[in-house]
Amino acid sequence: MSETRDTISVPGSLPSVSRRGVLKGSLAVGAALGMPTILTRPAWAQSGFRNDPGSGATVTFGFNVPQTGAYADEGADELRAFELAVKHINGEGDGGLLKTMKPLALRGNGVLGKKVQFVTGDTQTKADAARASAKRMIEKDGVIMFSGGSSSAVAVAQQALAQEMGVVFMNGLTHSNDTTGKDRRRYGFRHFFNAYMSGVALAPVLKEELGADRRAYHLTADYTWGWTQEESLKNATEAMGWETVATVRTPLGAGDFSQYITPVLNSGADVLILNHYGKDMVNSLTQAVQFGLRDKMVNGKKFEIVVPLYSRLMAQGAGENIKGILGTKNWNWSLQDEASLTFVKSFGQAYGFPPSQAAQTCYVQTLLYADACERAGTFHPPAVIKALEDFQFDGTGDGPTLYRGADHQCFKRVLVVRGKMNPTSQFDLLEVVKEVPADVVTYDPNMFGGELGPYEV
Amino acid sequence: MDALLLQVLNGLDKGGAYALIALGLTLVFGTLGVVNFAHGALFMLGAFCTVTLQKILGTSVRVRDESVTFFEAYKEVPYLVLWFGDAGKAVLQWVVPLSILLAIPVMMLIGLVMERGLIRHFYKRPHAEQILVTFGLAIVLQEIIKAMFGANPIPQVVPPIFSGSAEIGEWLGLGPGVSYPWWRLIYLAFSLSVVGAVFAFLQRTTYGMTVRAGMADRETVGLLGIDIENRFTLVFGLAAVVAGLAGVMYTPVLPPDYHMGMDFLVLSFVVVVVGGMGSLGGAVAAGFLLGIVQSFASMTFIKEILPGIDQIIIYLIAVGILLARPRGLMGRKGVMET
Repeated sequence: MSETRDTISVPGSLPSVSRRGVLKGSLAVGAALGMPTILTRPAWAQSGFRNDPGSGATVTFGFNVPQTGAYADEGADELRAFELAVKHINGEGDGGLLKTMKPLALRGNGVLGKKVQFVTGDTQTKADAARASAKRMIEKDGVIMFSGGSSSAVAVAQQALAQEMGVVFMNGLTHSNDTTGKDRRRYGFRHFFNAYMSGVALAPVLKEELGADRRAYHLTADYTWGWTQEESLKNATEAMGWETVATVRTPLGAGDFSQYITPVLNSGADVLILNHYGKDMVNSLTQAVQFGLRDKMVNGKKFEIVVPLYSRLMAQGAGENIKGILGTKNWNWSLQDEASLTFVKSFGQAYGFPPSQAAQTCYVQTLLYADACERAGTFHPPAVIKALEDFQFDGTGDGPTLYRGADHQCFKRVLVVRGKMNPTSQFDLLEVVKEVPADVVTYDPNMFGGELGPYEV
Repeated sequence: MDALLLQVLNGLDKGGAYALIALGLTLVFGTLGVVNFAHGALFMLGAFCTVTLQKILGTSVRVRDESVTFFEAYKEVPYLVLWFGDAGKAVLQWVVPLSILLAIPVMMLIGLVMERGLIRHFYKRPHAEQILVTFGLAIVLQEIIKAMFGANPIPQVVPPIFSGSAEIGEWLGLGPGVSYPWWRLIYLAFSLSVVGAVFAFLQRTTYGMTVRAGMADRETVGLLGIDIENRFTLVFGLAAVVAGLAGVMYTPVLPPDYHMGMDFLVLSFVVVVVGGMGSLGGAVAAGFLLGIVQSFASMTFIKEILPGIDQIIIYLIAVGILLARPRGLMGRKGVMET
């Protein structure tokens, strides 16, 4: 019987070994050895990278913006800019910055011959919601790249996800030093400026306009962006002789800031620095004005309010209260360079109003990613990342710009702006006081620490 | 001294909102025995009465903005401004006080419909079920508002006459420089007046006295031939109006969004528990007390010692009071204990 089962009997040996047994054993061992790979190897591994569009006619981008929450106005404008960028990349509309950006490999026929389509998500201005939304885009919608803002906490969370999943994340509006500092990631890139640059650009103007002998009180949004802006402004203003009276943290989306403003009145401070953004800034500034802060005289000086990170949307929300207040911006629609004029015209024709700085950064980021793919000749993320690192370009409205490879931070001019006293139109709310050149705001990439991580994940 | 005065005023402001919501919450609990978790939504609906009136009065036409020359820009011009010029503009600036007139009947109607249509079917059901159904109702109302008005806060303006600050320092002989926004002072006066009016209604009118008698002993009042159920329904409507008015007047302080009711409900529920379930005086006292405590906890020197204390102080106080007085500040024996 055993002969018919192909048993191999070895004289003198103890157990008999059958051929079938050997085969079964080999299969079991093979399966056991192969198991970890089967379990851990992602579905995209065969094609080389996640969400490889392969030979398909389209490629999908994901735009994850705050459609609700304190930064929803910025989110809505970012979405408009993304849509416009996709149109221009696909060769529709007037071409926008494809006409001015240099160098540029894009030809207005999509990216690497594929038409770009996109999906959108709502970050709700919350890191966990943003992460869930981005994950859905990557896993279900198959996006090759995702982008969006605002809120640095949201940006940092999405960058980490990007690194985990091997999909490039092009940051929208995020201003925390941490985004390209201690929380930098190989798969995350930031075009927007940061809090350190705001401090360096703003401090000399503050000294010139408000004097070197001032006492500042900070109200700060209690998360990564607020903390780093407070630190940067504190360092920059103290270096020029100002004293910091207090730094008070306020919850994001608090709505009513009155309980934090009343202590300012009798603190002895003569400057209030609002490290708030979006609706928080509109509310806190409006309430500060309601409490009569701007009419006060303290220490023999007129009480002043400073908003280190400005936006036109915030200026619109704050109305009259914004007049005369100093701050910084990444970009402003009133700039007169060819690229800015082109972009404003293109955006204005499409939507009936000029773009915000959030819109500009998101538009440029989309173009930069698409251009990097075109230059790399592939969507393979490590190659695209390498194409973006240390890329120098111009013609996007920011002047000559470097995408520094060491921390994935863009270095370009920073604008110091002031709420305009006599606006000439409903959009003409801010005037550019000073354009601070890129070399003045450039810093050592190791200043904020952080590790980019590997190219291959 | 100045700082303390401002923090007290600020606390009273917040406390005013807490007290008005908690007053309705505890009134409904005391009369109908229902824990109404949709009460915060009534505050929110009141605020959206203002938004609705603003939208109606602000109906506008889109016209070309000639001041922008490099692309076709447009601006919205309300018909009221187009037809009546400055008079139309003034009406739009008075939308918050005007919406009180809208909110009273609308909120009364919403309250009555809510009570007749849903809440009364849960009178004899356990508290847990009442909480579940009213919480569900709150979510439904919230989502309806979100679908109608979007998810973002909609700012409201203060009438020009009430904008700016009052020099309270000079009133009190503290010298110049101590000022407080007019509208917040008005809100405080308004909340005190509404609390006073509700108490006067319950204490001084026969109707109110019957309601109070019904709160104390529903069966006996019923045996006397009084239809106490109907009166309680009206009390529910009254509670809805109080919460709604609190919402209307709060809109210039906090731009309304669909979620504001839930934010206030949690705090107001804590206020009711701290004040003592079913105690009207307790709710008002606890409302103002917790508002002031929260305001003081936000003072710089306190936050320096205990960072983040302003976020949790109300809950810490609630825990402390409930440990010392398990029925709350003015809670009576037997309420929610059977």
